[in-house]
Amino acid sequence: MPETVLETIGLTMRFGGVVAADNVNFKLGAGELRCLIGPNGAGKSTFFKCVTGLHPPTGGQIFMRGEETTGWHPHQIAALGVGIKTQVPNLLDGLSVFENIWMAARRFHPAAEAADRARDIIDRLALSSIAKAAPGQLAHGERQRIELGLVAVADPWLVLLDEPAAGMSAEDIDRMSGIIRDMTRTAAVIIVEHDMQFIRSVASTVTVFHQGAVLMEDHVDRVMSDSVVRNVYLGKTA
Amino acid sequence: MTGLWRKQDLPVLVIALIGIWLLPFIISTYTLTVLMVYGMLGLSLGLIWGFGGILCFGQAAFFGLGAYTYAIAAINTGESTAPMLLAIIVPAAFAALLGAMIFYGQLTDVYLGVITLVVTLILFRLMNSTAGPQYVIGNARLGGFNGIPGFHTLNIPGQPDRFIWGDGLYHVCAFALLIVFFFVTWLLRTSFGRIAVGIRENETRISLMGYDVRARKTILFSIGAAIAGLAGALFANWGEIVTPGLFSLGQSAEIIIWCIVGGLGTRFGPIIGAAGLAYLKFLLGQQAVIDNAIIMGLILVVFVLFLPKGVVPAVVSLWHSVFGRRAARRKTRQRRARTGWTPHA
Repeated sequence: MPETVLETIGLTMRFGGVVAADNVNFKLGAGELRCLIGPNGAGKSTFFKCVTGLHPPTGGQIFMRGEETTGWHPHQIAALGVGIKTQVPNLLDGLSVFENIWMAARRFHPAAEAADRARDIIDRLALSSIAKAAPGQLAHGERQRIELGLVAVADPWLVLLDEPAAGMSAEDIDRMSGIIRDMTRTAAVIIVEHDMQFIRSVASTVTVFHQGAVLMEDHVDRVMSDSVVRNVYLGKTA
Repeated sequence: MTGLWRKQDLPVLVIALIGIWLLPFIISTYTLTVLMVYGMLGLSLGLIWGFGGILCFGQAAFFGLGAYTYAIAAINTGESTAPMLLAIIVPAAFAALLGAMIFYGQLTDVYLGVITLVVTLILFRLMNSTAGPQYVIGNARLGGFNGIPGFHTLNIPGQPDRFIWGDGLYHVCAFALLIVFFFVTWLLRTSFGRIAVGIRENETRISLMGYDVRARKTILFSIGAAIAGLAGALFANWGEIVTPGLFSLGQSAEIIIWCIVGGLGTRFGPIIGAAGLAYLKFLLGQQAVIDNAIIMGLILVVFVLFLPKGVVPAVVSLWHSVFGRRAARRKTRQRRARTGWTPHA
């Protein structure tokens, strides 16, 4: 059993009368790749936001590498070495791509070394041609890739990605799954995703959320052939 | 990223030095002194708003606080060196406290504006109501609406009898502005400055990178207040009196207008906006045909409508479109000359 990098115990999030995440017990080992799926409103994104500190949970506990991080601010969680990509690309739209990635690296390294690391990541993610452009003017697929670059350059040991494949072309998705597979060499990765094809392409263990709770947890193929999952996730079209 | 000095700094320095030498031939040094002070005040807001994204409606509070601190300390000490330093430290400390309250409380921009505005008004009312003899700090009577006159003005450090005034004060203010300008330039090149600009662009992303946005904004806010405080102290030396009018709403609004007209997100813009508009106001004050405020309002409206980015960015883009094209043509010619390419007849 590898080291547990992320664990939640009884994680609960209430918005008024709505229970968006209900007593979620979740465990993730080092180097593991896990996809969170579920219909809209199943609580995946709420779970994601609780773990990343964007919403403090109303109940339960969160542990990262054994340290309790319940109620921490996002910057404290990120400072531990957790890379986070939000659902809507969150970039510094007015600055250059290089400056974006440099800033992410600067948090953990001196300025000059951060610049080297940024150049390295820009090469690896094939962003050289747009390194001087401002992300605000770039296409959605490029923006997603830049945000992955931001995450990767900080050498995280836990990566949380909220819908990295949303709105991307097939070619972009291929490239994206390559980058993510690269990341799993050094980090545990959690992906919140709708795109089943993408999930199959990174082939991993899947946690299915339904009505705020974990419905089942298994390999993607077994999950997709499960009749209960097909019912909740794919509805009547299944 | 080696060193903070860049090639392009040298021409700026040279032009600034020539400007400091030439300007007194055109405008009286008495007027120039206050233009320099306003330039510095404009730059203080230009730094935190234009680069840090913190729209402070109460920059005048720090300006006034600097001026009052100087006046009160100068009366008590009978010299000017320590009061000058205090005039930087007190507003900075006050801003650090106020900023910590705002940023750690995670109040949004609107509330930041309201709070800073209200703080300015509170200081205005407070200083206005200190007329009685019971309101003293040390030997300094606060003087209420009439303010504090007759304090010890700037002297050569360590020699309280040798005052710096007139042309001397102009040079001190001009060089102080130059130093502050290069300090801001340098600050913006450090990692702290670059990350501050990142915070302006996207706070969420910066905190997801692991930076403590609250602390960084508080520090930047405090630096802006320190600069405004220095400007306030120099203003006190120029006016030789401080009054609650320093904390007025009009003063605060004017600083914002300077930044908008001069150009946000630039270092020159707020300085040029401040000095330019203040000089215009001075010239307009010498005639009685049109009311000053109407012209100022008109200028603001015209700028917001036609030059929303301000003077400096407009001039820069004009420069690029004229000289940028010429440079590109020259490069093309050189390349053609190298490769032996000739255009078709």
